[in-house]
Amino acid sequence: MKIAICLRRVPDTTAKIAIGPSGTSIDETGVKFVPNPYDEYALEAGIALRDAAGTGETVVVAFGGDAVQETMRTALAMGVDRAVHLQGTPSADGLANARVLADHLRDGGYDLILFGKVAVDDYGQQTGAMVAELLGRPCATAITSLVIEGGTAKVTREVEGGVESAHCALPAVFTCDKGLNTPRLPGLKGIMAAKKKPLDIIPTTAGASRVTILSLALPPERQAGRIVGEGAAAVPALMAALTTEAKVL
Amino acid sequence: MADILCVIEQRGGAVRKGANELLTAARQLADQLGGRVDALVCGAGPVSGLDGLGAAGADRVLTATHDGLAQYAPEAIVATVQSIAGQYAAVLVAATATGKDLAPRLAAAIGAPCGMDVTAVHAENGAVRVVRPVYAGKAIQTLEFSGTAVVAVRPGAYPAVVSGKAGAVESIAVPAFTARLTVTGIAAPDKATLDVAEARVVIAGGRGLGEPQHFGLLEELAAAFGGEAAVGASRAVVDVGWIEHGAQVGQTGKTVSPELYIAVGVSGAIQHLAGMRSARTIVAINRDKDAPIFKVADYGIVGDLFEVVPALTAAVKAAKGQ
Ligand SMILES: Cc1cc2nc3c(=O)[nH]c(=O)nc-3n(C[C@H](O)[C@H](O)[C@H](O)COP(=O)(O)OP(=O)(O)OC[C@H]3O[C@@H](n4cnc5c(N)ncnc54)[C@H](O)[C@@H]3O)c2cc1C
Ligand SMILES: Nc1ncnc2c1ncn2[C@@H]1O[C@H](COP(=O)(O)O)[C@@H](O)[C@H]1O
Repeated sequence: MKIAICLRRVPDTTAKIAIGPSGTSIDETGVKFVPNPYDEYALEAGIALRDAAGTGETVVVAFGGDAVQETMRTALAMGVDRAVHLQGTPSADGLANARVLADHLRDGGYDLILFGKVAVDDYGQQTGAMVAELLGRPCATAITSLVIEGGTAKVTREVEGGVESAHCALPAVFTCDKGLNTPRLPGLKGIMAAKKKPLDIIPTTAGASRVTILSLALPPERQAGRIVGEGAAAVPALMAALTTEAKVL
Repeated sequence: MADILCVIEQRGGAVRKGANELLTAARQLADQLGGRVDALVCGAGPVSGLDGLGAAGADRVLTATHDGLAQYAPEAIVATVQSIAGQYAAVLVAATATGKDLAPRLAAAIGAPCGMDVTAVHAENGAVRVVRPVYAGKAIQTLEFSGTAVVAVRPGAYPAVVSGKAGAVESIAVPAFTARLTVTGIAAPDKATLDVAEARVVIAGGRGLGEPQHFGLLEELAAAFGGEAAVGASRAVVDVGWIEHGAQVGQTGKTVSPELYIAVGVSGAIQHLAGMRSARTIVAINRDKDAPIFKVADYGIVGDLFEVVPALTAAVKAAKGQ
């Protein structure tokens, strides 16, 4: 089984976000970058499937600037076999990025291409399904379970009001959600081994963009509300506010 | 190219709730562009609820029927939209689990950019612009698209506006498609509860509840709202198994924008706020007057939840005439 995992480098989820001078991107000063948390589920799934099969290869692929190499080393340290750095500047247009990834992955002979369900920077929530569509492969997004038997994959995903089950033939594309597995932490041995694993660099350019980021701003501060009172005695005041001011009752 | 296409979600032959909100967004956008709104409903047979689509803002309701559409069948919907997409300035879907699965497929198929989870969409000089939270709601992005765009509108972002108007119903063909993914069904959770992402009112409980069975207090409060309220939770209590993961609100859980969010015994950690700060009205009940949740709450009660919640439940019941 040959498995590709697409990886994105994102700010740590606890990072404080400040807007950069351009007004369209964040100020990266002092921000710690990590592998996208949802990509860790994809990495874990890929590594576990390869290990269960006892044969095959896992490849981590990232499109971005040189800093993604460090992020991919974390994936290699977890146990991925090799890395491909599609070196270039990602576009604001998710479809342009998906085309870059799809072009690279198309002839790679992958049985499985795994993504995170969402990158926690731009919240695009689109790359995996776009790549699948561009490649004409079956796809399920935000999967919380994955079982492969023969050439068939069975998955589940959470939808409003229940859990949806689906199946498809391989080769296939999935995007991974929390709940799929518990990602392993890279051990010292893995970290040492990662330094020697192959990392190929392929200069890449994204195609035309049809998206312009006009602005990035901090969310409006919510009007600091008011304490209507203390204890159960405050309930009538709350009810009055909800009925006459907020009009939500 | 001023017309808007709304792809309406149906399940089991009935239009899903949220369609009317989506049509409000579409109606506003179409009015700005001087175009009309078409609502596309793909199903395996007759779908109930089509009348409501006209009243909610659709000028035309397009039905596309195919046996392969008994369950969610992304390739069939993509093929259908692809056959008509050229006429539209934007294709709108609701940013539900299904809508978020569908939107990027549609975008890739028609070569359009895709904006997910948008909280506002409007036209400026003929171009479609969207506003959307990024960085887990820690920042807000405004994007402009050139050409046809696929836009997934976050549930709760627009109100449903219903008029007396009816839309004309026309049927269109589902073109040939290859079903690559087979959806076999949706298993309902053990308890038939409303999903926090869809409820008009969310009552969220945190570690302050002290014990898992105290979620019962919140269920009683939710019940007082008469089927409009869902019980949510902080991650702290989901991680220890007091309530199922589907109830988690926040950065690694669900993002909700209900009309009313009542946080009970929740401190208001930044990761929790990421999932609920866009609620219309926030109420916090916490015994610590310095809890961060009070900084985002419109109304707060400082006090013991075991005293306040039952009193609130009784008051809501009385207000609802129960
Ligand atoms: C990467 C990452 C992702 C995360 N994602 C999420 C997420 O998606 N969602 C989320 O919620 N958290 C998330 N967290 C966890 C978050 O940081 C907090 O730990 C968590 O939200 C705290 O839950 P809590 O408010 O229930 O508990 P606590 O912080 O312990 O707060 C309990 C509150 O209850 C009050 N209280 C106690 N007893 C009573 C009483 N009798 N009456 C009234 N009030 C009472 C206390 O004053 C206190 O304010 C994440 C953390 C990390 C690091
Ligand atoms: N530049 C990139 N390089 C490689 N993979 C990416 C890149 N951007 C996004 N992805 C993958 O696509 C997923 C979803 O990203 P997004 O569509 O931006 O939310 C991520 O979790 C990654 O798996």
